[in-house]
Amino acid sequence: MTTALVTEHDTTLTQPALRPLPQACRLCGAQQPPAPVAICEECLGPLEPVYDPDRPLPDADTISSRAPSLWRYHEWLPFEGEPVLSLDSGFTPLVEAPELARRLGVARLWIKNDSVSHPTLSFKDRVVAAAINAAHAFGLDTVGCASTGNLANAVAAQAARAGLAAWIFIPDDLELGKVVGTLVYNPRLVRVRGNYDDVNRLCAQAADRFGWGLVNINLRGYYGEGSKTVAFEICEQLGWRTPTAVVAPMAGGSLLTKLGKGFAEFTRAGLVSGPAPRLYGAQADGCAPIVRLVESGGEQVRPVIPHTIARSIAIGNPADGRFAAQAIRGTGGWVAGVSDPDIVAGIRLLAETTGIFTETAGGATVSGALALAGAGRLRPDDEVVLCITGNGLKTVEALQGVLPEASVIAPRLKELEALYGRDL
Amino acid sequence: MAVTFSLPTVLAKLADGQSSIEASGTTLGDVVTQIADRFPRLAPRLRDDTGGPYPFVTFYLNDEDVRFRNGFATPVREGDEITVVAAIAGG
Repeated sequence: MTTALVTEHDTTLTQPALRPLPQACRLCGAQQPPAPVAICEECLGPLEPVYDPDRPLPDADTISSRAPSLWRYHEWLPFEGEPVLSLDSGFTPLVEAPELARRLGVARLWIKNDSVSHPTLSFKDRVVAAAINAAHAFGLDTVGCASTGNLANAVAAQAARAGLAAWIFIPDDLELGKVVGTLVYNPRLVRVRGNYDDVNRLCAQAADRFGWGLVNINLRGYYGEGSKTVAFEICEQLGWRTPTAVVAPMAGGSLLTKLGKGFAEFTRAGLVSGPAPRLYGAQADGCAPIVRLVESGGEQVRPVIPHTIARSIAIGNPADGRFAAQAIRGTGGWVAGVSDPDIVAGIRLLAETTGIFTETAGGATVSGALALAGAGRLRPDDEVVLCITGNGLKTVEALQGVLPEASVIAPRLKELEALYGRDL
Repeated sequence: MAVTFSLPTVLAKLADGQSSIEASGTTLGDVVTQIADRFPRLAPRLRDDTGGPYPFVTFYLNDEDVRFRNGFATPVREGDEITVVAAIAGG
């Protein structure tokens, strides 16, 4: 008997066809059949997938027995049928960090470490895993995105693996690691003169014109659901319970919003109990429109022109800003704006206390958490999770001239002894 | 001042299918008022109940977000290009 080798692309042998769920407008509730469309035709609000409230849901033991990827939570992801692409993203480590907990003055603290996410070392692997399955299901042959870097890496890698063409748009002055980490997969990479918000506008027009599957434009409703898996994994990795507080970086605001949705869904499913974690968001002071929105108590984001080293979160016109603010307010959380020097300090503190090297967004998260603790927003009895969403090797420019120089010596024991003596 | 007013497909449906419309005015607000009068179904997707910009679209005047200028009070000049883009995108 011959055994067939089933690959990611073999969708006909064992699996029913993958079908994206219908969507509904978050604002007006208008229904939309499954389509690569992210905006309500009635009011232009955001579309979100609609889940059957009566669908069978797994219990904790069933979930725990599944493969360690984000698809172990597929009942909460926006498809019917089995996913066929990017099956091995997600389920990153949750690492306890007692020294950092001590520095913050909280009871316990963990790092949700998406800096080691597969395949491109950021949490964007999660959202792209969802979006690329949507693209496949819709029969799209070209995907793409507007990106500050991490998403570019994730789309390029996952499109290459899926055999899809990719058009990827980034600001023209991104860090070298993010450019190389995209180009290596051989997509069509376009560096746009301008900031992320300029890139985003162009991509909104491109999606309208070319009919591509731009993951964070017209596939956005499906894409965003991938972020919920951060919350699901935190719950499972804590032993099917919630922390009391979660701190995450904010760019467009989607991650914060989806964290809140994920915790709420697991609570509704009876997989965890107790109050929702308080959600806290961090931004760079040089691009803090959501921080300012929460602090002001307003409803409408006032866009800003970004000026910060934290390029991955430099979105001056955040599409989900108002929803992130609602999630923060609704859970009793708060926000922190962090200076660029404090972002660098946050990167170093995380590395020196946990052995985790994060990029600038993670530096904002760590220093933001310190600021929140210092202001009494985080409490001594809190159990806190910091979402570290990207890898420091992508943004080494932020540390240039900051770290101590390495000693250079000849391969002679005397020189090492002299060096050692100076350190005593 | 004659200007060009561009709409995404989702809004062009409310303007008899036109994605590019010739209009005139001395400010962006004038132009929007003229367009809204010509296409009443489009009007509530350009202006909110207070007459300000509808919060789920962004207006660009020659590639610049008008929120960094003076909103609907921003003056327009002959030949300017106004582009309306749905605000929910990216991130």
